[in-house]
Parts: sequence; C-alpha cells; structure tokens
Amino acid sequence: MINPAEIKIRNLSIEYKKAKKGFVKAIENINLDIPRNKITMIIGPSGCGKSTLLKSINRLHDINEEVSVQGSLEINGEDIYYSGRPVPELRRRVGLIHQKPVPLPLSIFKNIAYGLKIHNNIHKDEVERRVIEALKKVHLWDEVKDRLDSPAIALSLGQQQRLSIARAIAIKPEVLLCDEITSALDPISSGKIEQLLVTLSEDYTIVWVSHILRQVRRMADYVVFLYMGRMVECGEKEQFFEDPQDSLTQNYIRGLFT
Amino acid sequence: MKYLEEKLVKFLMVFSVLLTLTPLILIIGITVVKGGGALINNPEILIKVPGPKYLLGGEGGFFHAIMGSFYMVLPATIIASLFAVATAIFLQLDYSSRIYAGYIRIILDILWGTPSIIYGVFILVILIFLQQRGCLLAGIFSLTLLEFPIITRYADEAISCVPKEIRENTYSMGATRWETSVIKIRYALPGIIAGILIGLGRGLGDAAAVIFTTGTGNSLPGGLLQSATALPVIIYQQANSFYVSVRDQAYAASFLLIVLFFIINVISRHFYAKFSKYVKG
Amino acid sequence: MKNRIYSRLLKDHMASHILNLFAFLIVLFFFLILVMLITKSVPVIRKNSIAELIFSSKWDTDAKQFGFFPAIIGTLEVTLLSMLFAIPVSMLTAIYISEYASSSIKTSISAFIDVLSGIPSVVFGLCALLYLVPAVSMVMKKIFSIQTTGMCVITASLTLSVMTLPVIISLIVESLQLVPKELREVSLSLGATKWQSVKKILFRAAGPGIISAILLGFGRAFGETMAVAMIIGSKNKIPVSVFSAGETLPSLIVNSFGEMMSVPLQQSALIFVALILFIIVMVTNSVAKMINIRLSQKWRY
Ligand SMILES: Nc1ncnc2c1ncn2[C@@H]1O[C@H](COP(=O)(O)OP(=O)(O)OP(=O)(O)O)[C@@H](O)[C@H]1O
Ligand SMILES: [Mg+2]
Repeated sequence: MINPAEIKIRNLSIEYKKAKKGFVKAIENINLDIPRNKITMIIGPSGCGKSTLLKSINRLHDINEEVSVQGSLEINGEDIYYSGRPVPELRRRVGLIHQKPVPLPLSIFKNIAYGLKIHNNIHKDEVERRVIEALKKVHLWDEVKDRLDSPAIALSLGQQQRLSIARAIAIKPEVLLCDEITSALDPISSGKIEQLLVTLSEDYTIVWVSHILRQVRRMADYVVFLYMGRMVECGEKEQFFEDPQDSLTQNYIRGLFT
Repeated sequence: MKYLEEKLVKFLMVFSVLLTLTPLILIIGITVVKGGGALINNPEILIKVPGPKYLLGGEGGFFHAIMGSFYMVLPATIIASLFAVATAIFLQLDYSSRIYAGYIRIILDILWGTPSIIYGVFILVILIFLQQRGCLLAGIFSLTLLEFPIITRYADEAISCVPKEIRENTYSMGATRWETSVIKIRYALPGIIAGILIGLGRGLGDAAAVIFTTGTGNSLPGGLLQSATALPVIIYQQANSFYVSVRDQAYAASFLLIVLFFIINVISRHFYAKFSKYVKG
Repeated sequence: MKNRIYSRLLKDHMASHILNLFAFLIVLFFFLILVMLITKSVPVIRKNSIAELIFSSKWDTDAKQFGFFPAIIGTLEVTLLSMLFAIPVSMLTAIYISEYASSSIKTSISAFIDVLSGIPSVVFGLCALLYLVPAVSMVMKKIFSIQTTGMCVITASLTLSVMTLPVIISLIVESLQLVPKELREVSLSLGATKWQSVKKILFRAAGPGIISAILLGFGRAFGETMAVAMIIGSKNKIPVSVFSAGETLPSLIVNSFGEMMSVPLQQSALIFVALILFIIVMVTNSVAKMINIRLSQKWRY
C-alpha cells in the first residue's frame, strides 16, 4: 500500500441480538486496512453487512442495545472503541451519510447549520458562510437558495440526499462514510456527486458503499468485496477487477451471481 | 342471505350513528340555547363577582370562577407539560432501559386511568396533614396531577413515533443524547402540543379534582393560599339551585366552557398544521 | 473546541440526572398515593373490618358504621348498564365511520366526535338534570305509574353512555384505520360482503385496539364522579331496580363530603372508598394489559 492506513480494522465481528431468537452475525471476523485520502468502495449483495460495517466505523451501533461489536477499529492509530475520547467527538471526525436520506425536522438552512452549531462556538455569519459553502459543494445551492427557511422535508428525494451529504461535509470530518448515496439520484446529479467525492478525496478518507459496479470501476481506488458478513477479497481497483482471486468475486463482478 | 344480513347491519349502523349524534347535538344545542340565552339576558355575569346573596338569586356573576379556572388551569398545564415531556423523553431508550421504562409505563397507565376524584382526595389528605384549608395552590396541584398522566401519554406516543432514522442521523453527526432528544421533541411537537391541549381541556372541565381542594371560593382568588373556585365546580353547585337565575348561571358557565373547548380545538388544529409542516411533506 | 465537547457532555449528564429524578418522582408519587390512602383508611378498617365495610349495607354515621355495599353494587350496576348500551352503539358507529361512510362524512363526523370527547362531564350532568331526569320521571309515571324524581340508576347510566361514546368511537375508528388496506381488499375480492369482511377480518385485526377502547370507556364510566353525583339521586341503599336512586363509589365521596369531613373516622371512611377505587383501577389495568398481550399474540391477522 502506498498510503499509510487511516482505518485499521482487526477481527471485527458484529451481532444483532434478536428477541428470543438468538442473534444474527452481520459481520464476521473482518480484517481490513483502509488507506488515507483514497476512495475505498465496498461492494456485495444486499444484506451482506455493508451498512453494518460503516455504522461500526462511526460507533453508531452504540445507540442500539441489541448490537454487540467485537474486535478493534483504529483510526489514525487510535482505537476508537477503547480510547477515552468522547463518542460525539469521534463521530464528528467520522461523517456518515446514510443510505436513506432523513432530513431533520428543521428548515433547510438549519439542517446544515445543526451540526456546525452543536460542535462549534461560531458566529452566525461564519455558520451562514459554511452552510452556503456546503450547499454549493453538493450542487444544491442554486435549487434552494430562495427557500432556505422552508422545511427540508419538502425537498425531493434526490435533493434530500444531497442535503444529507452537505450536512455531513459541513462539519468537516476526516473520514467520510457514504452508504449508497447516489441511489436516489439522476445520472447528472449522481455524476456531480461523484466529481465532488473525487475532489473531497484529496482531503478526506472516503469509504463508499455502492451497488453499481460501473460506478465502482469509475470511482474506486480500492475495492472491498463482502459476502454474507465476511470479507472475500480486497485490493486496488485494477487488480481487483482484472485479476480477482476468489471465484465468488469473479462471479459477482461478472454479474453471474445467484 | 348474506345480503340480507348486510342490509340489516347497515340499517343498525345508521341507527347507531343517529343514536350517537342526536344526544350529543342535543346537549350542545341545549347548552348553547339556554346558556347563550342567559348570557344575552344578563351579559354582566361574565364580569361580575358574586354579591352577598348570590346563591339566593341575588346580584352578581361568576367572574370569580372564570378567573379561578384560569389561575388554576394555566399553571397546572405548564407544570404538567414540563413533567410530561421530560418523562416521555426519559422513557425513550436513550435514557432508560427497556425494562425500567416498561415499569414506569405501567405506573403511568394506572395514573392515567385513575378517576380524578382520587387526586382530589389525595391533595385533600395532604391538606389535612398540613392543617391547611383549601386554596388556589392546592387546586393547581390537583389539576397538575390530573393532567400529567394525560399529557405524558400523548407525548410518549408522539415521541415514540419519531422514526429511528432521525435518531441515527443526529447521533451519527455527533449529537449527544440531549441534543438528539431536542430534535426528537421538535419532530414530535405536533403530537405533544395536541396532548398538552387535551390535558388543558381535561383540567378546565374537571370538577372532581378541585372541588375539595380549593375551599369555598366565593370571591376572586386573592392569592395562592386563598380559596378559589372553578367553572365546572360552580356548574355542579348551582345546577340544582331553587333559584332560576342561579341555575341560569350554571348554563351560562357551561356555554362558556363549551366555547372554550371549541377554541382549544381550533388552536390545537392550527398548531398541528403549523408544526407538522416540518414533519410531513 | 475541547472545552465545548466537555460542556456539552456535562449538559447531557445533567439532563440525564434530572430526567432520572423525574422518573423517580413518578414512582414516588404513585406509592405516596397508595400509602397515604392506606394509612388514612386504617382508622375505619380498625373499627369495621374490611369485609364489613365492603359487604355490609348498614350506614349509620352516629353508630360509626359504614357499609359500602350499596355503593359498590350501584357502581357495578351503573357502569355495566352504561356499557351495555355504549358498546354495541359505539362499535356499529365506528365501523360505519371507518368502513362505510364516504370520506367527507368520515372526516366531518370524526372531527365532531373528537371535539365532543372533550366536553366536560358537568355539562353532561347539567343537561341530563334538566331534560333527562324529568323525561325519565314522566315516562315512569305515564307508563308504569310509579312516582319517582327521575334521579335514578338508569338516568345515570344513559348519561354515562352518551358521555363515553365519543371516546370509545374515536379510539375504535383509530384502530380500524390502522388495519392495512390490502387485508380488506383481499377479503372483498373473495366475494365476501362488506359486513362479512368486517366480521371475519377487521374484528380480528383490530381486536386488541377495540378491546382497549372499550376498557378505556369502561374506566371513564366507572370513575366518572360529577355527572353521576348530579343525577343519581344519592341514596345509600342497594338500588332495587334500575329506576331507584342509588350511589356509586365516586359519587358517594362527593355527595357525603360536606357532612362527613368533620369527624376523623368518617373522613377515613371516605378515603377508604378512594382506596377501593384506586385498587380497582390497578386491577382492571393489569387485567387489560394481560388481555391485550394475549390477544395481540394470538390475533396477528
Ligand atoms: N437492526 C437490525 N436488527 C437485526 N438485524 C439486522 C438489523 N440491521 C441489519 N440486520 C441484519 O444484518 C445483516 C446486514 O445488514 P446490512 O444492513 O448491513 O446489509 P447491507 O449490506 O447494507 O444491505 P443493503 O445493500 O440492502 O443495504 C442483514 O442480514 C440484516 O438482516
Ligand atoms: Mg445497506
């Protein structure tokens, strides 16, 4: 690897406990290094644990009593599950953009200002500047600049998706976790988002879940293939697509999957 | 055969609807006609306090009861709402475990189903214990106890209905439990406000909780430790009077209560529309 | 930056402690009611045994004898009668509103019923006192040639059922609306009439909701104090027929409050009544919860 690993995942296992019915192992013993300032894309069939993996990097499973996370997960050499650092602070540094956009029950402006305001003691003008900056980055500014005070819920699904991206990048995290963020977008906006992420990858480490193999071929620096909670293969894009080692991977990228 | 049954049932249904609506419309009609009539005949009963021979058909009105209701219901609703929203937030998984919340919900359900007279008796027992006479403050407490479980139930329902994605989003941005709760309250606000107004309505219309606890109250409430009375209480007390004018005042008070209820309903709908625009598309 | 996160966490911890305190206060309050009612009933329980209090009809304040049997019977009679009337009417009305009525009628009737479910009970009492009471009295005289004031068990029951109707109806409508549309469509497409599909499918699917609505109405009727106190005639005797005056537990408290509060033992007797009420509420609540859990396990469509 050229870059030092930003995120180091060792022996990570995640279980969902189900009432009465034991538990579901969603992630089983994964070891993975995610390089700095690159785009790492995670692929795999539905239900293989991609979202679960992303959430664990944000420590989002902590809010759910029924999930247990085992193993170690280091970001910049610091084990996020065992460092004494406050969890909200950790989460600020690891932005997570969810699979399904959910606007907060606030206005468009306040949706983006929310994160800024909870994390920083900054002046109103500065908040405004950064909100506008974020909106421009996700190419939403032109569409919403006249109605910043109207409810965010009134936006279309694609606009909501871009809003949630803006919300995540407004607080300037170090790692950006994107869970199928272009699935609700038309080709043009999704192209713009792709461009945005390429620019962002100069400063951020990006982990991106996608179902669209063509997008992965276009965008990825590294590719990770998950199957039923296990990591089957990972590697640099060229190598991953040209010369996949595992037969599961070969079938998957040829679309021969059953 | 089955079509005959269908017809018969349909007939019964329409009949039931009529059975339901007729008495209710009658009650509103009677109150409006009798109470409205009494008010038109003698509008100053709204702004006059009882004269010396008020209950014997003498001079005066029930302004004291209007103010009494007002002074009791407003503080009670504010206190009860604060407690209720706090409790509802506590019952969420952010702050308590499922089991603990379950126990508290059982207690809340019991309090919810408790007849208001019991709250009245409870406050009375405390008054006796403190060797105090009935007063405005005791009335406020009785109504607070009465309204609290009602508002809590609505608030709990509204907050529990906040989609879990909202919580996941705020947490993943690095919000604390408290900051998340604030957003949840924002989301549930339409339901919470509806609940608060329902609680306010119950407090406004309830006589049993305050009848023993506020003293005689035949003048304007002078202070927290002075006696007071409320609209439903005077309706109860004056309904059976020998004197027509006193009975009429009971009707006028009923009319006023019903008007207030309609106003509360309108306000409730207004707020609902206003705050739900951030929630529904 | 660093400080900010700690001050936020501090706020969060404080909020957590305060909320914990609130929850503790509720538990405390609940047990306080229970303990206070119990301790204050001790004097009368010492004097008359619990069995005596509950099963005797002797009522003699001078001899310090308090039998609540008549009031207990009266409560049962009034509540059950009112439910007898309210349950079928409210179910039919709710089904009509939810399944048969056109959507404009649906919204207007539901809105109306919503408003009505908030009307204070004293207003019901007042109207009943003025019209229902004389009407019952007249009917009695004309048809059965019995002389009564019209203040009796049946008057109270009718008033209570009218009062509880809006509450029960709006809850049943709510639970019917929660039943998924597809369920209805499947049943109708199989050639069932509307009523058949209501009977076979909806009642099961909405069963727990309907039952809790009825139990709620029951609770309202059972605990209603003022309206009943105004029209039941306040006689502490076992009502021989539905046309005789009687007393319910809550109305007994209100009606004998003035005359009885001065003597500690009598005070204690009334507080004992409140204790009975509270215990009944607890018991019915637990039963309701159990039924609900059972049903929602069994009746999963
Ligand atoms: N809250 C939960 N409770 C129980 N099981 C869950 C929960 N969330 C996810 N799972 C299970 O964990 C496994 C992985 O789910 P996950 O959401 O991570 O899949 P995914 O790879 O993101 O799928 P998709 O591509 O459809 O989004 C699935 O089998 C799922 O059923
Ligand atoms: Mg997913």
